[in-house]
Amino acid sequence: MTLEIPKTLYSGKVREVTLGKGDKAVTVGGESCYPFYLFEGEMPHLPRIAMEVWDCPPEGWAEAALEPFAGVTDDPVAWAKKCIDDYGAEMICLQLISTDPNGLDRGVDEAVEVVKKVAETIDVPLVVFGTANHDKDTEVLRKVCEICQGKDLIIGPLEEGDHKKIGAVAIGYHHSVIASTPIDINLAKQLNILLGNLGVPDDMIVMDPTVSGIGYGLEYCYSVMERVRMAGLTQQDEKLQFPIICNISKETWKIKEAHIPTEEDPKLGDVKKRGILWEAMSTMVLLLAGGDVVVMRHPEAIKLVREMMSELTAK
Amino acid sequence: MALTGIQIFKLLPKTNCGKCGFPTCLAFAMSLAAGKVELSACPDVSEEAKAQLAEASAPPIRTVAIGAGDRALKVGGEIVMFRHEKRFENPNGFALLITDTMDDAEVNARLERFKQFEYERIGLILRPELIAVKDESGDASKFEALVNKIKQSSDGSLILMSGNPDILAAGLKVCADRKPLIYAATKDNLEAVTDLANENSCPVAVKASSLEELTELTTKLTEAGVNDIVLDPGSRSLRQAFEDQIIIRGAALIKKFRPLGFPTIVFPGEMTDDPMKEAVIAAMFVAKYGGIIVLSNFYGESLFPLLVERLNIYTDPQRPLATTEGIYEIGSPDENSPVLLTTNFSLTYFIVSGEIETSKVPSYLLVKDTEGLSVMTAWAAGKFVADAIAPFVKKCGIGDKVKHHKLIIPGYAAGESGGLEEELPGWEILVGPRDGSLIPAYLKTWKS
Repeated sequence: MTLEIPKTLYSGKVREVTLGKGDKAVTVGGESCYPFYLFEGEMPHLPRIAMEVWDCPPEGWAEAALEPFAGVTDDPVAWAKKCIDDYGAEMICLQLISTDPNGLDRGVDEAVEVVKKVAETIDVPLVVFGTANHDKDTEVLRKVCEICQGKDLIIGPLEEGDHKKIGAVAIGYHHSVIASTPIDINLAKQLNILLGNLGVPDDMIVMDPTVSGIGYGLEYCYSVMERVRMAGLTQQDEKLQFPIICNISKETWKIKEAHIPTEEDPKLGDVKKRGILWEAMSTMVLLLAGGDVVVMRHPEAIKLVREMMSELTAK
Repeated sequence: MALTGIQIFKLLPKTNCGKCGFPTCLAFAMSLAAGKVELSACPDVSEEAKAQLAEASAPPIRTVAIGAGDRALKVGGEIVMFRHEKRFENPNGFALLITDTMDDAEVNARLERFKQFEYERIGLILRPELIAVKDESGDASKFEALVNKIKQSSDGSLILMSGNPDILAAGLKVCADRKPLIYAATKDNLEAVTDLANENSCPVAVKASSLEELTELTTKLTEAGVNDIVLDPGSRSLRQAFEDQIIIRGAALIKKFRPLGFPTIVFPGEMTDDPMKEAVIAAMFVAKYGGIIVLSNFYGESLFPLLVERLNIYTDPQRPLATTEGIYEIGSPDENSPVLLTTNFSLTYFIVSGEIETSKVPSYLLVKDTEGLSVMTAWAAGKFVADAIAPFVKKCGIGDKVKHHKLIIPGYAAGESGGLEEELPGWEILVGPRDGSLIPAYLKTWKS
């Protein structure tokens, strides 16, 4: 019998979206096939890794995750620079943890000042993630958009409850937006439509389906992402043809498995390697489901994922 | 492949006797076509019809059984490309490699790890199934001795790895009763290995250097009566190996191409020397179609997340995982510790228990059976309301464990607090946060 190689019938493509500006701007998306199915179509741009920086000294981080950033975690500017200079980050994701009303609840001006400094120091694309508190994000992110005019940031999360207020300002100052929905393909589509109605251009939207790592709901976001890709690539659903961003590292490092000391449960192996692998493996699985930008933390996890991407696309 | 209800109906007795539990043969046929019942529910179906139905309903990817006893494993039998289309059926197996050139100490250490590495999660035992015994010495007696040793000291299902049929035969001599997977038939040894598989009634893996060659080899094997086959397309570069997995699954499911309608075996350890990278490659194959994943060694830091990932990927999307109802103690609580209540959707349980752990406040967590629904859904469905919660709180015995009788309920169930105070006399109901991430802050204010 002669082998018949099956071919998926693709009828659509993921939109190409350029993030940041200048020499270091990156373009993501553009896939005309399922992730890494290069025998069926093209993946003109490799997924990008945005290295995670917090706007305040991290509390409760595993030692393994702090170690690579020793000496800079109290200074977001130095931290971001270290990611770029020492670890080759092509993008930075600044998490505005300090603004959380249930945490430090830092004021708008102070928070925005930090974003401004980071944005002025680095030349790679800068993702700015709020805390998904609608009132606070609206205040903070609107101001960020204004103060960082000309920096072409990527601002998020925009959710149904605050997309108008933040989206309108983002358009005004030419920043891209992250459309964030809770693990649901229909809600994701709806928010993309709402953002379109608001006037956000298609090439300035990336989707955040809300992700989680191995053991903490991976299967849900995995399947939602696969369905998003299927709809966009094979069912001509234009409102789902946006690149996907996965804010994954803070999910995998907060779980107890990233913290249990080696001695406490020897069957769980080395705590440092365990944390790194939990991040790298979870990220890899999300890339297989359709991630275009992944937010990552540990340089060794990043190295592993980079190698995987490069070998999966090797000529 | 699958027959329609009408086609099946034609093969049934058409007596409408009702013994199968359905009022008519047609109703039974329809349920059969939908995969909801087994043909064996009909006591009067003819042998001929049975054979025809079995042939027609043969799955596009064969289910292959490997091993015997406790760690026996079934792989294959998959029916979809994407898990959301129905579900992935038979979780991949994980195998530990042991070679006959390793010294005794190393072999013993590996056997010990194989036994030790067993984990409990939401009431399920997660563990690897297989040991791959590999001939590297070229010495049949050495191989046989090692297989024998492993067989005696482990209940793992076995894979016998050699290109030499004589050496495989030596291994089979001591463990054929354990139904090992023979690895592998190749174009150079096909006849001899086919005979071994037939004589010992063991499943056999086929290793080729391309998908075309694989097709030729499996065709010959099935012609010779060997049907329990596992596929190794031979690719060891990441890109090719990934593509081959997808093409094999697609050819079998979409093109109904029988020669590739079998589960696969992959060797991440032959694609890299770095154990960390090997783990990430294995993670890829868990999601994308690896049937048996052979690891060059087991490390807790990688095997555990791989086992959990497998559990996630192979979870039926239509049936969320649930954890067992009961009292969970987090961080050695005492009679003054807080008591929190949540539902038994496994994700809810993981998030809530994780946040309590983060708070470092020793606590009791009461997990109420809500048939695997999250707090909001369970509440909306009437499974997490005062009438349902109160009997559970009374019955579970938490009242004897704490002095204070204060119960913290999820913010989303705040509407139940009045009802609960009525149903649980003597208890004070406190409304906790809506979002799990706010639990640590909430618990820090706890006073019994």
